[in-house]
Amino acid sequence: MSSLVRQRHSLMFRPRSYMAFAIAPQPPIVGWLSDLDASLERSEAFFAGQHVALDLSAVNLSPTAIGQLVANLEERNIRVLGIEGVDPAKWQAGLPPVLRGGRGTRASEPPGSIAAAPAPASGRPPSQSPQPASLMIEDPVRSGQSVIFTEGDVTVLGSVGSGAEIVAGGSIHVYGTLRGRALAGATGNARARIFCHRVEAELLAINSYYRTADDIEESLRCRPAQAWLEGHTLQISAMN
Amino acid sequence: MAKVLVVTSGKGGVGKTTSTAALGAALAHDGTKVVVIDFDVGLRNLDLVMGAERRVVFDLINVINGVAKLSQALIRDKRLESLHLLPASQTRDKDALTEDGVAKVIDELRTKFDWIICDSPAGIERGATLAMRYADAAIIVTNPEVSSVRDSDRIIGLLDSKTVRAERGERVDKHLLITRYSSSRAARGEMLSIDDVLEILSTPLLGIIPESQEVLCASNVGSPVTLNNPLSAPARAYFDAARRLKGEQVSMLVPSETRGIFNRLFARKAA
Repeated sequence: MSSLVRQRHSLMFRPRSYMAFAIAPQPPIVGWLSDLDASLERSEAFFAGQHVALDLSAVNLSPTAIGQLVANLEERNIRVLGIEGVDPAKWQAGLPPVLRGGRGTRASEPPGSIAAAPAPASGRPPSQSPQPASLMIEDPVRSGQSVIFTEGDVTVLGSVGSGAEIVAGGSIHVYGTLRGRALAGATGNARARIFCHRVEAELLAINSYYRTADDIEESLRCRPAQAWLEGHTLQISAMN
Repeated sequence: MAKVLVVTSGKGGVGKTTSTAALGAALAHDGTKVVVIDFDVGLRNLDLVMGAERRVVFDLINVINGVAKLSQALIRDKRLESLHLLPASQTRDKDALTEDGVAKVIDELRTKFDWIICDSPAGIERGATLAMRYADAAIIVTNPEVSSVRDSDRIIGLLDSKTVRAERGERVDKHLLITRYSSSRAARGEMLSIDDVLEILSTPLLGIIPESQEVLCASNVGSPVTLNNPLSAPARAYFDAARRLKGEQVSMLVPSETRGIFNRLFARKAA
């Protein structure tokens, strides 16, 4: 007799974040659509395969008008995965889900960028540029202090003391002497780098690949240096 | 306007207590009212260095607990009228210190004295954090060697984060006092140079106290070196440091041990 109890797979939900481009229509919509058409003529494939969020904070549209706008965009091969900047009360079935908590990030320009397209004649305000995430520390980082900034780059104008620690999601720049530990690309960014005016570091790490002071060549010590990741090895070279 | 000064270092044995006594006496020399407080509850030393160990009746903990009044615990120095000591308790430990209690004592002292100098215990625990808690300015005592310098770096970080001033967004004025400096040993590479220490700690220099037998002699007879032998090299360095604390411009000399200085020292002793 076969067992009636079927083994059930447990459901797993994992939070994930994705990069999406937000496009923000400006009133009047008809004029904006013709501007968009003009841009798309120059680079047809710009939105192909891109996740696009529709930022409607600059316009005030009824649910029907939103549906119409989404349809208009789909005609142009722009698939809208979500809308933001609208009152959730205005949402109705059939519309893409309402997104919240979006933050500007720096993203590499996709090929065939339309950023270079001349600005349309209408006196439209420039769209808000995303705030680049970086942390500037003007004082020395003292022994025992730990600076953790996973959102982006960390720049230290002073020195990083022995026993101090900098953890950055992006690159780390130290304009004084780096005597402590520097961990760049801590959130999995293999392209992050570490730059310092004088390397006497206890430990350098990029995307969890590290080297301790013992493994840093003697000829590099006390010199301006940078560290980067090449495959699975942390490379360090002098910068003068 | 009273100024609360903490003498701190992180590492033990670098000269905090010696420097507290020497600077306290140097500041009080012109009649300025100075009190030195021992925060090293359980391991007090300042009373010995000040030569007041046989006159201790009440202490800081008694005042915090309300057992004694501040005026009962303060010990007036026998040599300098304007210099006072508030001793620590030897029978209790650092847990007897409370934040409110220390605040109350410091506030009361502010009304009576021009300088309140808190002699911090070594370490970064309760005694040390409460000694620096209400400071307006700090003297970081450092020996020119790597472990002392790193501990000082740690303490500077705490001064910038754990003091009342730091929490209010203000700054604690920080002064670096390098003690036990020997130019010959620095030249031989057995010690860090002054430049190395300043580069690592990037804190303004208050003074350089040369390594000297005079310091130990003074401690053993229970007298601040600035009172015991005011003309000795370390005493003069402490007097200069005290003048800089008061805001005077005094040129800084790196102590050197040339034959000339030795000869002059010997000549003075013989006289």
